[in-house]
Amino acid sequence: MNPLRARLASLELENPTMLASGVMGETGGSLLEMARCGAGAVVTKSVGSEPRKGYPNPTLVELEEGYVNAMGLPNPGIEAFAAEMEAARECPVPIVASIFASSPREFADLARRMEGYGASALELNLSCPHAKGYGMEVGVDPEAVAAIVREVKASTSLPVFAKLTPNTHRLVEVAQAVEGAGADGVVAINTLRAMVISIEARRPILSNRGGGLSGPAIKPVGVRCVYDLHAALDIPIIGVGGAETWRDVVEYIMAGASAVQVGSAVARRGSCVFKDIASGMSWFMRENGFRSIEEMVGVAHE
Amino acid sequence: MNRQLMVRVSGVVKEGVGMTSIRFPFNRIIAPGQFLMVWVPGVDEVPMSASYIYGEKGITVRDVGEATKALSSLSLGDVIGVRGPYGRGFEIPTGKVLLVGGGSGMASLMAAADFIGDPGRVDVLIGARTSEELIFVQRAKAASKEVHISTDDGSSGRKGTVVDMAIEHLAKKSYEVVLGCGPERMLVALRRACEEAKVPCQLSLERYMKCGTGLCGSCAIDGLRVCADGPVFEGSELGRLPEFGTSKRDECGRPIRL
Repeated sequence: MNPLRARLASLELENPTMLASGVMGETGGSLLEMARCGAGAVVTKSVGSEPRKGYPNPTLVELEEGYVNAMGLPNPGIEAFAAEMEAARECPVPIVASIFASSPREFADLARRMEGYGASALELNLSCPHAKGYGMEVGVDPEAVAAIVREVKASTSLPVFAKLTPNTHRLVEVAQAVEGAGADGVVAINTLRAMVISIEARRPILSNRGGGLSGPAIKPVGVRCVYDLHAALDIPIIGVGGAETWRDVVEYIMAGASAVQVGSAVARRGSCVFKDIASGMSWFMRENGFRSIEEMVGVAHE
Repeated sequence: MNRQLMVRVSGVVKEGVGMTSIRFPFNRIIAPGQFLMVWVPGVDEVPMSASYIYGEKGITVRDVGEATKALSSLSLGDVIGVRGPYGRGFEIPTGKVLLVGGGSGMASLMAAADFIGDPGRVDVLIGARTSEELIFVQRAKAASKEVHISTDDGSSGRKGTVVDMAIEHLAKKSYEVVLGCGPERMLVALRRACEEAKVPCQLSLERYMKCGTGLCGSCAIDGLRVCADGPVFEGSELGRLPEFGTSKRDECGRPIRL
């Protein structure tokens, strides 16, 4: 039996790493490639009802310990995404479809379309920190979030994961509302609101001015959020935020994550990051007598 | 670490009609074929192949869009942001090299010629639509003992495509590798010519790019990232990519037939 096997609601992952949304997830070909590189599951770019160009460049600032980005949710729209899902369906791993919308009904429509396209599960983007009318603008209100989850759950049979924002003191309350509304899991965290100013140009570098911070800089924030959520929830938690090495992934799992998404590290470490993490974890689990991922989940709470 | 540096423009040179080279101090090692993300504050940030990789670094811009127009109209002393260098450049062997460039594609090839640094070891074929759009002819002649020119309309050099000229060279001389950069249709024909001549080639591709670092996937070609896995690809790799020569993506990620 494969000790790295991870269980997320009804999904079975060969290893607990997942490709995070927003990274190499806009095309079927890139999702397939990430699956070939060893991701236990892949999450698509967040897709909305209509095509969106996103913001003009600069959309990314590179820092020592991460990135600040404001892409602006570019995506081809749900109609055109059919072809990408068609191509991605050859993936040997589960495909989690990330969707964003501005109302519960729109979320539910997108969810039904993604189910029709063959998605294995849904990730609700309730946490993008830089798109007006979307993401964390709805994701910080427990009532609003619960209404979205209820509507999506009622309209599809797929497992539903809600991706939460750390940019609120009400994270646990929002997560409990998500759980109460029937979600199958939560994903924490999205990027932290951030800005970088060029002192020579005397202006923020990103065209959107503000953006979201990702990468190793936010890992301790993510670990703390997952730890708090594990104490408060019964549904599985998918950890995300700055995980780059097997040590980081083990840390998230010990905090309470059942699987861990990897995003920025795909650029910082290369596409081989998933395989590197999995092989490091096998070694660590063998050395420390862990026979399954489940045995490790939340051990830091004991 | 590829963090953005703010630099002052130290040189502006008109290369041909609508073509301008911008030089600036940028103290990082750049391999030929790699690119930089160049930010004009308040306008845009665009990927640009490095056309000068020694001394003051440089890019060469064709003024086709808002960002490239802003770049072409920069003056000495203006401040721009530069991050990088990014991507996989040309891997240049020790033997004889044939450079085949179309239009502004000459930019990264001239960086390769400078890297080779031996006029006897490199032949250069320069193609353009008309004589006015030819660039780097003098620079190529300084870098190579054998430079040939073709234009689509015959206004300078031979009338015809630069790939026709490449086919003749491949038939009569032996090369260890062919390096190519230019419009994708030209690259498709060049790859085929090299395959028939059984000479390996490395070709530099262009796709719509946002992050430049291999993160967002906007520049994906069949799952590979032009910004991180390319922009230079081996001809044999391109043979396995159905999107090469047939399809690219718009800003939303929708496929567009080429």
